[in-house]
Amino acid sequence: MPGASKKERIASRIAKELQDGFYVNLGIGIPTLVANYIPEKYDIFLQSENGLLGIGPYPLEGDEDADLINAGKETVTTLPGSSFFSSADSFAMIRGGHIDATVLGAMEVSEQGDIANYMIPGKLVKGMGGAMDLVAGSRNVIVAMMHTNKAGESKILKECSLPLTGKRCVNMIVTDLAVMQVGSEGLILRETAEGVSISEVQNKTQATLKIADDCIEGSY
Amino acid sequence: MAELLTSSQAAVKLVESGMTIMVGGFGVCGLPENLLHALAETDARDLSLISNNGSVDGWGNGRLIANGQVRKMYSSYIGENDVLTGKLIAGEIEVELVPQGTLAERIRAAGAGIPAFFTPTGFGTAIAEGKESREFNGRGCILETALNADVAFIKAYKADKKGNLVFRKTARNFNPIMATAAKITIVEAEEIVENGELEADQIHTPSVYVDYLVKGENYAGRIEKRTNRK
Repeated sequence: MPGASKKERIASRIAKELQDGFYVNLGIGIPTLVANYIPEKYDIFLQSENGLLGIGPYPLEGDEDADLINAGKETVTTLPGSSFFSSADSFAMIRGGHIDATVLGAMEVSEQGDIANYMIPGKLVKGMGGAMDLVAGSRNVIVAMMHTNKAGESKILKECSLPLTGKRCVNMIVTDLAVMQVGSEGLILRETAEGVSISEVQNKTQATLKIADDCIEGSY
Repeated sequence: MAELLTSSQAAVKLVESGMTIMVGGFGVCGLPENLLHALAETDARDLSLISNNGSVDGWGNGRLIANGQVRKMYSSYIGENDVLTGKLIAGEIEVELVPQGTLAERIRAAGAGIPAFFTPTGFGTAIAEGKESREFNGRGCILETALNADVAFIKAYKADKKGNLVFRKTARNFNPIMATAAKITIVEAEEIVENGELEADQIHTPSVYVDYLVKGENYAGRIEKRTNRK
């Protein structure tokens, strides 16, 4: 399956975790695609940490407004019921536990739910933006990422090797191969993607995986 | 009453070398571009900038950075500025990466007279190194301190002559909190109106925080990532 479709598959599976009425923060990359799979009948508002609750679709050409962007600095629009606020209010929402779910990408995740996604020492220095606050404050932290890196190595590890964004904060990991839940005693394999066996997931995962009794193969 | 200045050039005379300056904006959105570009024409050096981003190369904060006027940056994300990352790797500039919510809260705390606060953000990460930590309700937290500045550069949509401010859409971002946290707050506004023209119920930043006003000019309406639907 080509990379683009794999990303769409991850996004569509994560959308199923979002409930009607949720306020959700979506990170840059695969998480942004999740918005395309939210059922229209659901009243879900997306939060943008630069100060917007209720992100609308991208504007039509000619309707862009330099004063209206998302946290990825893309031009966006508002929806009926949207609101604007300061960065302090925005992070009060995030840190105060008012955001129901946050979906973000990662370079590495550990079996205890540690996440690393903001820097590679000596190589990539960009900064964490709002990610450290989002993983610390959100009620439900879902990681959206490819299961392995470009070299084919597992991104789901016993311990992260990169600087952490947050410790013991991830609740769920959805990759192109599997859905895993972070339990109090480690990672639990809940589902595998279409055409992916449990043993393939195990072979491509460095972390210890417990197989759920009701693990579903090929569920998404 | 805020003092109305005639130009951004007159406003930046308040800045001296070695000062710490807060700069509102998220990327180039809500950025006090007139003040920054006027400051870039001065001899002010060894500045510390507190701003969420490094802006982009050669524009906004990026112009001061490219000029070598900045000694230290406090930011949450510097991914859009190659000159800044280049200077960082070369050791020509110091960067303190601060989680965005912690940055906002440190500024808010400074403006509200709160010297420090505990937060779970960054606990167990490199951000926690050298900081006091404590457990609250079973969660590890770290002590973060208030972040003050000598001068704040603020971009408002409208100001009245008293100094009350209104921001527009997501150009609000860090501007209202930074307006509270510096010794001298300088605001550039797209429009300056008579007192009473802004509804008291609609004011985002009350005048008590604003020291100087200047009318901004020639806004570029710059967009970092123009994104459209079909």
